[in-house]
Amino acid sequence: MPTGNPKTIDQAFKDLREEARTRWEELRQTPGPKFRLGLATCGIASGALNTKVALEETLAERGIMAQIRTVGCMGHCYAEPLLVVENPGFPPLLYHQVSPGKAKMIVRSFLEGGDPLFEHVLGAMEENDMIPWIMDFPRFSNEVRVITALCGVVDPEEISDYIALGGYAALARALESEPEDLIRAVEEAGLRGRGGAGFPTGKKWRLCAQAAGKRKVVICNADEGDPGAYMDRTLLESNPHQVLEGMAICARAVGARRGIVYVRAEYPLAVRLITTAVQQAEKLGLLGESILGGDFSFHVQVFRGSGAFVCGEETALLRSIEGKRGMPRHRPPFPVQEGLEGLPTVINNVKTLASVPPIVEKGPKWFRGVGTPRSPGTAVFSVVGDVVHPGLVEIPMGTTLRSLIFDVCGGIPRRKSFKAVQIGGPSGGCLPEDFLDTPIDFDSLVEAGAMMGSGGMVVMDEDACMVDVARYFLDFTQKESCGKCTFCRIGTRQILEILERMTRGEGREEDLGLLETLADVVRRGSLCGLGKTAPNPVLTSLRYFREEYEAHVREKRCPSGTCRALTAFYIDLDLCARGCDACVGCCPVEAIFTTLNRKKGIDQTLCVKCGECVAACPEEYNAVKKVSPPHLAPIVERPPVQET
Amino acid sequence: MHEQSKEFELTAEEAAALDEIAGALGRFGQERGNLIPILQMVQERLSYLPPRAIELVASHLGMAPCEVYGVATFYNQFRFHPPGRYRIKVCLGTACHVKGGDIILENFERKLGIRDGETTPDREFSIERVACVGCCALAPVTVINETVHGHTAPSKVEGLLLGFQIERERKEREDKKHADGESQDH
Repeated sequence: MPTGNPKTIDQAFKDLREEARTRWEELRQTPGPKFRLGLATCGIASGALNTKVALEETLAERGIMAQIRTVGCMGHCYAEPLLVVENPGFPPLLYHQVSPGKAKMIVRSFLEGGDPLFEHVLGAMEENDMIPWIMDFPRFSNEVRVITALCGVVDPEEISDYIALGGYAALARALESEPEDLIRAVEEAGLRGRGGAGFPTGKKWRLCAQAAGKRKVVICNADEGDPGAYMDRTLLESNPHQVLEGMAICARAVGARRGIVYVRAEYPLAVRLITTAVQQAEKLGLLGESILGGDFSFHVQVFRGSGAFVCGEETALLRSIEGKRGMPRHRPPFPVQEGLEGLPTVINNVKTLASVPPIVEKGPKWFRGVGTPRSPGTAVFSVVGDVVHPGLVEIPMGTTLRSLIFDVCGGIPRRKSFKAVQIGGPSGGCLPEDFLDTPIDFDSLVEAGAMMGSGGMVVMDEDACMVDVARYFLDFTQKESCGKCTFCRIGTRQILEILERMTRGEGREEDLGLLETLADVVRRGSLCGLGKTAPNPVLTSLRYFREEYEAHVREKRCPSGTCRALTAFYIDLDLCARGCDACVGCCPVEAIFTTLNRKKGIDQTLCVKCGECVAACPEEYNAVKKVSPPHLAPIVERPPVQET
Repeated sequence: MHEQSKEFELTAEEAAALDEIAGALGRFGQERGNLIPILQMVQERLSYLPPRAIELVASHLGMAPCEVYGVATFYNQFRFHPPGRYRIKVCLGTACHVKGGDIILENFERKLGIRDGETTPDREFSIERVACVGCCALAPVTVINETVHGHTAPSKVEGLLLGFQIERERKEREDKKHADGESQDH
């Protein structure tokens, strides 16, 4: 394969990098205070846009010249909106939950008054002898960032930020290497697909490179449909260029000229940012016709998926791009042999592609140094649910679940106890406390009955009902089943109906056995991953939390008090304070009434069991109680309406 | 969910947008692969896919309208009735579910008197359930138009709806004042 004129490619890239570095240095050297605000979807959801406006207004009002840069997500969703303030004379400080008011306060007290407002500082971004460094905190120091290294550092809308910090160097190197060497590097690194199944990426590339035909396609699968997972979105919103660079290297390795980024339409910001990124890279000659002046060309287009979970499955994804109903088909032929429009196609997850530039840049040996021998590298998880510090976490493979949940994410809030962790979304399983010492890697998780999935992790405390969680996931897969395979289409429906029956308190003794049978046939009778793994949430919860199922079926009781048909709220008259009306005002259905002695009672026929009254009842009374089964609630009669 | 007993009539703006769409279709090739991007374009302009738009698309691509329907109904993104002026999207992802997202959905349904997937007759509000908007750390999440509201609670639902009502009333008052002022000028 011709490699073009090596001198020109090298020189062309050096020129680009020089320019980017000069610009970066100018940014760094600008005198005066500097702000860095996280503006990914999670930041915006927490009100970061309002914070930005308040910041700009206050600065203008006070006549302070300051630089405000917007970046992506640092992964610390619990602390959004995050603001880094660099004030000369102080180390750069990270502020958390910066509301518009707090932003004004920072400008006034810190920039003008010299008081950094320590109570609002999460930590310093650099080691210093004044303020604790963020790396002194476990939430920061336990992470190893390979894929998300530059998230929250670079401006996703500014390609030169990424180039200045070492971006696209791997592509420049790849353009001058033989494709075979690139494939070998990825093989030696032992990179496995981050989309869930963990297929060796190098092998996939080799199969595609060997496939017949000159026209080949590289697809980046960003159809992240698992509820509870948002790593791919964050990556595309925070550092889209790393993904594009990985795609281009992959294209170079397999000999593709066409690339497609398949993004969910539910991620409008990610769609916009990746589209901008493609345009910027094309403008600088890093994508498009004859990249960096060499003879390799690679054109990338962005395709918006339209909200079908099954399209995360590769053959369904291909059909969807072809303008058809996204239904999976038989494999073989695999997409690497016959993919989009019959052309050999590599389909890789966002995180897989983002791992490629560091591998090319630092070598396979370095990559193998992180993680475990069979699953090298890092894993990115979005840890959500009942943890103190939810958010995006990148850890080396092989870290135990316990360390991730308790050390990195701070454990369970409100002094509750850990109950289960759900890994891998609707295809994964719920693991109980006994499995907390399982190392996180592809094989150990499958062994435990869950799977890596794309990296969604939901932690549940003692208040979660496992029957309800299983019902939730079956409700999801049942709706998302494409309808092709009978067992998936009808089987998931039947499982769902049984689970719904249980949560309503109408479960039958034979239901438990029926669930197991159904789960088995659905798994065996389905073509694609969706149907094959759909019973996992039921099977694992049935295996590890059987007593909870039995309580639902035999005693019509929900042990955690989640299933609303099986619970009731009542007000303990010994605790209720005379004349307090806190719960009355918050009840959305006016089910709370005042008894004759001016205490409160709940009308069970009206109550919708939303739990607002529990939250509203002042802590010193704590009079609203929840019981299961519902007939345990004492009956309090509503007093007759008095004529006045 | 997709069938709604009565069909909404096209407003004047929608009819005009439909004409524009007929023109915009020319920019797309006639290959089948363009179907989903075209449907997305139509929905961006009209915010839903009325039968007449489906027919337009079908004739452009040389497909039967039922085939276009077949593809459009497969994907959750496409809607077949107009959304409200306030589009309420309640997230029912895992994290939101665990934190009581269904209670939030129920509250909106109760307050507005419509079910999820429906639009109020005055086209002010519509409710949808969405799988996951990717802000799980803020669960339970509700997205109204493009604004994400984190940590929603039943009482917050009431507050949000009340806020819209107040805003609308204020706007009506201002419009009235404006109109009165103009009539006085003449």
